[in-house]
This record gives sequence, C-alpha cells and structure tokens, in this order.
Amino acid sequence: MATIATSLAFLSALSLAPSHADESTFRLKNANGRDLVATKCITCHSLDYIPMNSKFLDRKGWDAEVRKMIKAMGAPINPDEAATIVEYLSKNYGRDNPPD
Amino acid sequence: MRILFLLVALTAVAAPTLPQGAIEESALETLPGKKPLIKRTYRPPNYESPVEYFDQVFTPNDKFFVRYHLSDIPKLNLKIWRLTVGGEAAGKPVTFTAAQLKHDFKQVEVAALAFCSGNRRGLFNPHVPGVQWANGAMGNARWKGVRLRDVLERAGIKKEALEVVFDGADGPVNDKTPDFKKSIPLAKALDDNTIIAFEMNGKPLHQSQGFPARIVVPGWTATYWVKHVVSIEIVSKSFDGFWMKTAYRIPKGKFPAVEGHWPGQETDTSVPITEIAVSSLITNIREDQHLRSGHAFQIKGLAWDGGHGISKVEFSSDGGKTWQLATLGLDYGKYSWRQFTSRFTPAQPGSFTIMTRATNSVGATQGNELVANPAGYHNNVIHSLIVTAD
Repeated sequence: MATIATSLAFLSALSLAPSHADESTFRLKNANGRDLVATKCITCHSLDYIPMNSKFLDRKGWDAEVRKMIKAMGAPINPDEAATIVEYLSKNYGRDNPPD
Repeated sequence: MRILFLLVALTAVAAPTLPQGAIEESALETLPGKKPLIKRTYRPPNYESPVEYFDQVFTPNDKFFVRYHLSDIPKLNLKIWRLTVGGEAAGKPVTFTAAQLKHDFKQVEVAALAFCSGNRRGLFNPHVPGVQWANGAMGNARWKGVRLRDVLERAGIKKEALEVVFDGADGPVNDKTPDFKKSIPLAKALDDNTIIAFEMNGKPLHQSQGFPARIVVPGWTATYWVKHVVSIEIVSKSFDGFWMKTAYRIPKGKFPAVEGHWPGQETDTSVPITEIAVSSLITNIREDQHLRSGHAFQIKGLAWDGGHGISKVEFSSDGGKTWQLATLGLDYGKYSWRQFTSRFTPAQPGSFTIMTRATNSVGATQGNELVANPAGYHNNVIHSLIVTAD
C-alpha cells in the first residue's frame, strides 16, 4: 500500500487523479465539420486519438492520416468527406505555425 | 562560482516531452481488475504504466500496460477455447484444448520484457503520429506455458516451412480493416524461449494480457506477442498481411544493432522491427525533482535489450561529461530487464542533468541522437532528467 500511496501522491502532483471516465464524456472542438469527423471516426476508435496526436501535424500530415484510415483501414469516407475531415483536423488539431 | 552554476543550469537541455494534446488527454483510469494506468486511448484500449510502477523487477499483472490495435475484443471462455495449429506447411493440422496443451507438453517459464515497439514514440522530436506513449508501454514478467516448438512439431513441420503466423480472437469492427495477424520466421518459432503462455507471474493471464493464451517471443518487441491466440499456421511463404508488410517497419540500415536478417519480409527500403534495442530508464526520480545538496541519493532504474544481456549501466550527473558505473541488480535471465542503482550526491546547490546509458554484451549502447523513422520506433536515446539540488 505504501507503494501505491507514493505513486498516487506522485501522480496527483502531475494533476492526474484516478477516474472512471469513459469515452462518452469526450467532445471534439466545436467547429465546422465536427459532426462528420465524429460520425466517421468513432465507428472504429475513440475520438481521443485526435487530440492525442495534436498539435504537431500540418495539413499534409493530417491528410496522410485520413488517407491511411481510408486506404489501409477501410474507413467508408468519400473524397468530399475526406476533404472536410482534413480541413477540420488541420484547423482544430493541426500545428499552429507550420515552418516554411 | 554562482556564474558557473547558472551556466550549468542554462546549458541543461530539457528532456523531450509528449505532444501538448497528449499531455492534456492523459488521465489515470482504472480498468476492471487493474490498478490505475495512464489512458492514452479508450477504444481500442491503450494504457501505459506510470514509471513509478517499475519499482519491482517483475511488473505486477494489475500494473501492466495494455495495448490493442482493434476494438472487437471478445472475452473467451476457457472451456470452449481451442487452438488450431495448421497451415499449408503443417503435416497434420491439429486442434488443442487448454487442458490438452498443458497435459501433453512440458510447461516452461521464461522471464521476459514485453516491450511495445512504439514505447517512447511520444517523446520523439519532431513528433510522429501514433499512440503517444511515454516510457510506460513495457513491463517485465515471468511467462509460463508450453514451447511453441513442441506444439508445432506435433502438427508436423514440413521441409518447406518458412514462417509461423499467429491470429488472436480480437478483430476489427469494420470487416475491411486488416485483422491483426503477425508472423515470425521458423527459426524464431523453434527457439526454446518462444512459448504459448497461459500464465503471467504465477497467475492466469488477465483479460487485457490476452486470456487465455498469448504468444511470447522473448527479445522481440511485443507486436509479435499475439494475445487471445486461437490460430497458429505454419506457412511456406512470407505472410503478407498489413501488420507485417506495411506496419511495424523500420528503415533499412538505420538500426544496425537490431536489424535482423529476414529476407522474405525485407524490401529495398525497410525491414520489420524485431529485436528490442538496448536502453535504460531511471525509475525513482522525476524531472524537476528537488534533492538536498550534500546528501547521498540512491538512483534506481532498469536496463534492457533484446536478449544479449546487459553488461553495464553508467550514470552521469553532469550531462554526460563524466560517467560512473552503476551497480547491476540480480540477473533474472537475458530476456528480463535488469535493475540497477547508482549513488548520486549533489556536491552543491544547483541544477544537474542526470543520465543513464546501458551497454549490452555485444557492445551495443545508447546514443545522444534520435534516429528518425516514420513510425517512431526504437527511441533508445540516452534518458536524461534535470534535477535541482537545494
């Protein structure tokens, strides 16, 4: 118990407290395209994959991720939808200031 | 002298951190039957151990990391679970119950590190996409089961056999998503240490560790340690599923210390990740921790590699200018990680960059520079932390 107490004390120092939350409490940023992103992505995986991978991808990086989901993972997303999704992800979860 | 201390502080380079979004999304969550783990993703479930859990040589089952690729994860019933062993290069395909496997074959136990290929991906700079693991997608355990070789021999290994393919009961929710199947070369499958494990640290596998049986491939990254295994095929051609041909690849020639020879799975530019790279981790101290100057502090940590065995661990408290040998803990076998300790007495107040560097028995060691690769594998850069002595 001492170990656990120490661990928890340490973890709370990182402002992490144990919880029993689940993915239903998660909300993507509210912006154009959010509902489409949520509907398409949530079929196969929780939406926390998106903020976890932020903010370091530029538009090209998010485009590659969406393509991978379509081509490799078989996500049922048409080209128009893909464009909307990439736009939403790069605007809301993309790198703020892409270097030249 | 104060100026000197200031310089030390200024030249100390901050340790790499997770992407900001991953930090914000980190949460301690308690899965059924588990202690709190750091949630990376809910579904499929990906959870890593806080480094504080690595204070024991064998990671308790309820503190072990959880990694899945696909979201349809059944709970298998041991009574109706079956393992089929077949494939076109098997002479006599056979199906086993758990009781048959345990009764018919010698049971063996191996201490081995389960190490996620993407461990420390989140600490890449620049960041690369994927599950943003910090240091906790690994754990060391005693795995007990039967030798894969013995089971394969029962099914008959034809002379044209080339690889052995594993499939678990977990699968995709979308039938267009490639099922998670992995192969290993026949030679690795026939290795004495490669087993079909039913137990972990003396207890049946936890659901999240692949109940009732998983493959254990000591020395190789955990991508091959297929959980909930239900099918094993002996095949005469290199298996070309997505998770072999496209995923889990490293650039050819960039990791000479751990690049195996696997002609059937190589392309001109890439090879499958296989062996775990030599590395080390300080486990009882955290970034920005304050220590008392003039007082001895015992640094504790772990060192590991892909099965050659750790020959030494060095510790530095001056950012890598000078090194001292750490004391190695008991040797639990070449596939287990190795504990180490080192004494550190900050001579004066100030900032110190502390580091560890492991070397294995074939001379492979850790460097200062990250080797870039698209999937973020083999981040075995020297682990450094900045601490302050008051």
